[in-house]
Amino acid sequence: MTSHTDTRPVDVGALPAEPSSTPAARRSPVLAGLRRALPIVGALVGIAVVWYGVSYLVLPARQRFLLPPPHEVYGGAFSNPQLMGPMLEALGRSFAVALVGLLIAVVFGIGYAVVMSQWSWAERVLYPYAVILQTIPILALVPLIGIWLGYAFPARVAVCVIIALFPMIANTLFGLQSASAAAHDLFTLNKATRWQRLTKLQFPAAVPSIFTGLRNAAGLSVIGAIVGDYFFQQGAPGIGGLLRVYTQRLQMEALLTSVTLTALFGVVVFTVFAVLDRAVVGRWFGRTTR
Amino acid sequence: MRPLTTSLATSTLALDRVTKRFPTGTVALTDVSMSVAPGDFVSVVGPSGCGKSTLLRLASGLDDATSGTVDVTAAATSYVFQDATLLEWRSALRNVELVGELRGVPRDERRARAQDVLELVGLTGFEKQHPRELSGGMRMRVSLARALVAEPDLALFDEPFGALDEITRLQMQTELQKLFRLKRFAGLFITHSVSEAVYLSTRVLVMSGRPGRIVAEIPIPWDYPRPPELRYAAEFAAITGRVSAALGEHS
Ligand SMILES: Nc1ncnc2c1ncn2[C@@H]1O[C@H](COP(=O)(O)OP(=O)(O)OP(=O)(O)O)[C@@H](O)[C@H]1O
Ligand SMILES: [Mg+2]
Repeated sequence: MTSHTDTRPVDVGALPAEPSSTPAARRSPVLAGLRRALPIVGALVGIAVVWYGVSYLVLPARQRFLLPPPHEVYGGAFSNPQLMGPMLEALGRSFAVALVGLLIAVVFGIGYAVVMSQWSWAERVLYPYAVILQTIPILALVPLIGIWLGYAFPARVAVCVIIALFPMIANTLFGLQSASAAAHDLFTLNKATRWQRLTKLQFPAAVPSIFTGLRNAAGLSVIGAIVGDYFFQQGAPGIGGLLRVYTQRLQMEALLTSVTLTALFGVVVFTVFAVLDRAVVGRWFGRTTR
Repeated sequence: MRPLTTSLATSTLALDRVTKRFPTGTVALTDVSMSVAPGDFVSVVGPSGCGKSTLLRLASGLDDATSGTVDVTAAATSYVFQDATLLEWRSALRNVELVGELRGVPRDERRARAQDVLELVGLTGFEKQHPRELSGGMRMRVSLARALVAEPDLALFDEPFGALDEITRLQMQTELQKLFRLKRFAGLFITHSVSEAVYLSTRVLVMSGRPGRIVAEIPIPWDYPRPPELRYAAEFAAITGRVSAALGEHS
């Protein structure tokens, strides 16, 4: 996680630039898809190679339980409904936490940025709170959240909101302020009301940035959900809760499988929002956001 | 304001001894008096930074004069910006419609009017295109359409063709001249190009370097429509020569 304390747009994980401008990519979408998938496939192969290397070459047989080779981990876990059942349920609960947290962060973040964009004194007064929220390490807040909100669902959601909020606020504000001075003059000359200026100029101009914010907030919200249910264990466990249980019992296969699941979860969420971003912003604005 | 002459009394726009000093201390204009009457198309040329945009902002009411008076009798004024300043998320038609939207013109009416002006600037068939799908010249046409849709009595132009290539620029000059004759707005046109100013205008004002003053006023004699070949005529060269000389003396 990165920590940003300025008004520049926050992008914790932009996708690499689309290589669609290369002639080959333009000719064939299949080829283009393959080209884009290649680095990811390469990375997965790389991980597997290192993993096997550590399991068989680095670790002595006695300690191999610390990192069993991939086929043992996944071969055992994925075919075991007793393990997979609770794991997927827990993942579903974490998903719910992340989604609710994201929703609150989006609504509140956009609202907060809109208020700041309308009056310069509002920005001066309100922006510091956003920065403070961003700069306090979430772990420092965990005890307080627990005491105030209990140790169940609301507390988990609160963690999501707190870490997803800042990119929403910062990106939305940046977008709302991105319209050119000339465009503002155009509205002034036509005697636009504040509401017209917001809805017909500032907000549409902010859409690409809002999507950038959304993409980052979604990724952070997943992290928030997992951190949240790692610490707030009351009620049915989320995937973060299971991580903790497996760690305590040193169930390495289960632990590595659930780590893999959380990684997949994060990748899926990030991809969904990246695709959404590209689809909406690409259609309306004819460009991909960074 | 106190009319200086009878022509000023009937003018669409009149500036009387206007000075503009910015809070930063920069004096952009000193003692500028000028007027634009109905039927006038006045161009202003001057060195960069001499206060031409400032003059236009005062005329449009976007900014206030520090001293002197700015008198606008035009019922409707429109403003054409240097880059087309289109809203990229709106189609050409919806960009032109924006003006009606902001002024509360009913949807059907404003759409029909936007449609008409787009036809006038030669963009029929491109209504649905978004700015990014249009060439620089076409974007500027949309911008002109947006300025004309309000039926202005006074149109202000801040170097509208400055960013266009030479060929497109000449086309747009012809186009603008046609619109000027058809729509009969009074024009105040800022440009860097002496030949553009001479080709388009009934009068050319030359400004000095900052702080800007008007140092020469050169009437242009030809009737409209002016053929593009006029640019190569000896008399045209003579007048551009006079404008350039006035520019050279005071920059
Ligand atoms: N809002 C402002 N605050 C302070 N100074 C300004 C402001 N706007 C313009 N100026 C200054 O006033 C002077 C005139 O500016 P203006 O934009 O009118 O020049 P211009 O003739 O239009 O130049 P150009 O040909 O480069 O467009 C410049 O020195 C500029 O820096
Ligand atoms: Mg200027």
